[in-house]
Amino acid sequence: MVEVAERIDDKAHYLGDLGRVKSSSPEWINALRRDACARFESLDFPHKRMEEWRFTNVAPIVRTRFRSTLEPAAHGLTAADLVGLAYGVPEWSELVFVDGFYSPDLSRVQPGVRAGSLSDALAGDAETLRPYLNRYLNGSGSAFTALNTAFMLDGAYVSVAKERAVEAPIHLLYITTGLNAETASHPRNLIVLERHASATVIESYASLAVDVTYFTNAATEIAVGEGARLEYIKMLNEGTNGYHLATTRVHQDRDSSFRSFAIVQGGRIARNELGVVLDGEGASASLNGLYMTGGEQLVDNATSIEHAKPHCTSWIGYKGVLDDKSHAVFSGKIMVQRNAQKTDSNQLNQNMVLSDKATIDTKPLLEIFADDVKCTHGATVGRPPKELVFYFQTRGMSEAMALGMLTYGFADEVVNQIEVEPVRARLEKFVYTKYSPIPG
Amino acid sequence: MSTPPLKVPAETESVKDKDYTGTRVEQSNREIAELANQSYKFGWTTDVESETIDRGLNEDVVRLISSKKEEPEWLLEWRLKAFRHWQTMTEPSWANVTYPAIDYQHQRYYSAPKRAKKPLSSLDEVDKELLETFEKLGIPLEEQKRLSGVAVDAVFDSVSVATTHREILAKKGIVFCSFSEAVKEHPELVRQYLGSVVPATDNFFAALNSAVFSDGSFCFIPKGVKCPMDLSTYFRINAAETGQFERTLIVAEEGASVNYLEGCTAPMRDENQLHAAVVELVALDHATINYSTVQNWYAGDKDGKGGIYNFVTKRGKCAGRNSRISWTQVETGSAITWKYPSCLLIGDNAVGEFYSVAVSNHRQQADTGTKMVHIGKNTRSTIISKTISAGHGNNSYRGQVLVMPKAERARNYTQCDSLLIGDQCGAHTFPYIEVRNNTSNVEHEASTSKISEAQLFYCKQRGIGTEDAISMVINGFCKEVFDHLPMEFAVEATKLLGVSLEGSVG
Repeated sequence: MVEVAERIDDKAHYLGDLGRVKSSSPEWINALRRDACARFESLDFPHKRMEEWRFTNVAPIVRTRFRSTLEPAAHGLTAADLVGLAYGVPEWSELVFVDGFYSPDLSRVQPGVRAGSLSDALAGDAETLRPYLNRYLNGSGSAFTALNTAFMLDGAYVSVAKERAVEAPIHLLYITTGLNAETASHPRNLIVLERHASATVIESYASLAVDVTYFTNAATEIAVGEGARLEYIKMLNEGTNGYHLATTRVHQDRDSSFRSFAIVQGGRIARNELGVVLDGEGASASLNGLYMTGGEQLVDNATSIEHAKPHCTSWIGYKGVLDDKSHAVFSGKIMVQRNAQKTDSNQLNQNMVLSDKATIDTKPLLEIFADDVKCTHGATVGRPPKELVFYFQTRGMSEAMALGMLTYGFADEVVNQIEVEPVRARLEKFVYTKYSPIPG
Repeated sequence: MSTPPLKVPAETESVKDKDYTGTRVEQSNREIAELANQSYKFGWTTDVESETIDRGLNEDVVRLISSKKEEPEWLLEWRLKAFRHWQTMTEPSWANVTYPAIDYQHQRYYSAPKRAKKPLSSLDEVDKELLETFEKLGIPLEEQKRLSGVAVDAVFDSVSVATTHREILAKKGIVFCSFSEAVKEHPELVRQYLGSVVPATDNFFAALNSAVFSDGSFCFIPKGVKCPMDLSTYFRINAAETGQFERTLIVAEEGASVNYLEGCTAPMRDENQLHAAVVELVALDHATINYSTVQNWYAGDKDGKGGIYNFVTKRGKCAGRNSRISWTQVETGSAITWKYPSCLLIGDNAVGEFYSVAVSNHRQQADTGTKMVHIGKNTRSTIISKTISAGHGNNSYRGQVLVMPKAERARNYTQCDSLLIGDQCGAHTFPYIEVRNNTSNVEHEASTSKISEAQLFYCKQRGIGTEDAISMVINGFCKEVFDHLPMEFAVEATKLLGVSLEGSVG
């Protein structure tokens, strides 16, 4: 019973902060928050006896008494502070969020592009958001996801009207200043692409503080309408003591296409949960990822694709390079519902382990209830094949050099598929400097 | 009686022989067609007078079972310890199977054919009805069937009824007898190895088995001995409303090797019956154990009424250097299968193998797979799992490959393929790959599909009927696993496949 008492106590600081959240104008938003708060109270924090969190120990997050940021603070940041984090491409829309709140001074939105702060959108025409907000996350996810909904203070709202193509990427940049230690932010994002719309959205997380302990508890809902196309890149480069838990839910209509990249660079504990529902015939999803871990990092990528309708195709391809004492976790679940005939779904998780202290847990799952399907999955863990290393050595390279080149090549296979040139270039440089032995 | 030369099927080359497999496919096609309208053929009951105890489970029942078997004090203590621990445990719920809650107090935990108190000196003294039963099962119990070259230990309900070929084996120093006899005759061996691989407290069903296990087989192959014939155990549940809890323990000392076969059947009854067995294998330095199972417990009828709940813990310990344990299983029966034959690869260079075909038709549910725990250096494991789901059947592969930090250069290859027949069935794959060592190499591949139209078309184009074509494809799908079965079992397995899929192909 002592254990139970402790658990309730663990939530006290969050519940206290939740009590201080000001109620918003449309009543249904408050109702959403209240329901989520009740759900948060009823759920245990994730622990290792929960199947989805079996390998991911979030005790350090649960133990820390994080104070949640409830309103935008005066951060005094200027564009100069964002060099290397923002892209600064003039044609792009770039939205900057500081400690979870939209910062209009640092942001730039192209005319005609509907992108901005979620709280502004809710204050303005909340009714247009109502059909989407919390629809895909409702009643699912962990206690942390419920906590995000219970706060729901700010985040990004991107909406692309039907038959509109937004050519230039929309970059959502989330900065943690680390001015106060042990703070938590709960960014909440909603991306809606209506019928035949198309867009590229980049969601990136970074920190200005190197050693400060903080917690980002993000949730993103994405609706891809009939025939719409979304390219979605998530980059995670939190600080060395930054904790990041994120839940992303994607809902796809008929003939829509969704292509994502999840690139994890930094963060003490980072978990990306990405769930896609293919809910219309002819929809296709392609989830790609790369995690590069080191130090004592724990990185968890939990992906799932649900084939709810026939004739959909999906692909999950994640790669990992593990070093030092880091720990990586991958789970990929493909679920094919009873009527989802003609499903074509493939999954591959490849891991390269560079040090003898790093550990990897991978769990590719298939759950199939339809018979006319083609589903495969594969997982590998290992080091570069000896033959390849030998090939390099016969050409006069040292073993270390050969391994470096091969590791770079392995990681770059994911990066070079990214079509947004500045993002690809920056990541390629990062991967090259990290692994390649030859100075670029 | 004529005396043709004794056939020694210790090696199974004949199965690997290409010509043989070719004819086997043709033959099995015929058999599948023949069997297409046949239902579970082992569904009869035998009217043998048997001694059962009251329903329910408590310490007195454990004591009663122990005293009926005239067991030594230490074994009773071991059982009681397991029972007390079992009481503190809850039934696992993580498996992908659903069934109504089992009332453990409603089961009978012991049933034995009644017989004279004095031990049987020859097969002639065995109850005629029993012998006929085993004859019907096609088990070569009778001396004349010695020529089939398989030593058999038959377990009827809870008790081992007959063991054949003991003299030949005894000359080599091999002990092959029922578990109860082993407790009496080789208590030191039993005591040394019992629970050394699957501890009494290992899991819910293993603890239950440890408390109430009634009989089973014991096999000990001494140092340097290659077992001259395949050893086989046949398990039969007969009595109604009884559970069967048998325990098998096989020990292969340094350099020893043995092929072991296990078969199981049960009558058709409307109630579900519980079967919770434990199998422990120990392989010391350079020892090899090949363990093959053809599991054909009654699966219940088309609507899922009746059938056996099969909750089995099987684990092998490759304790010595260069030891090898190979599991081959064909799972066609049982309403529910919950079974994960595993290998603990402790010795350096140890090899673990798992070859499995699991079929679930009608309302059958199977959650089966393996665990390969790499502990020693250069340990290798191979997992080939083929699952076939038809009707409303649900089939899950659940496997774990765990590479510990000291398991340098460990190697695993896993392949799981699922075949779906019909649109109401399900196939699921739950692999866990946990690697703690960077010199190891782990590969996992899985696929799920239905029988390819192109393959069927190709066959039909050459004048092969749809049904034959389908059974050909299925046989091909399972061939990799069947190749690892001894010949008799491979034939039986092929036949079983036909029966199990009856009504779903064509």
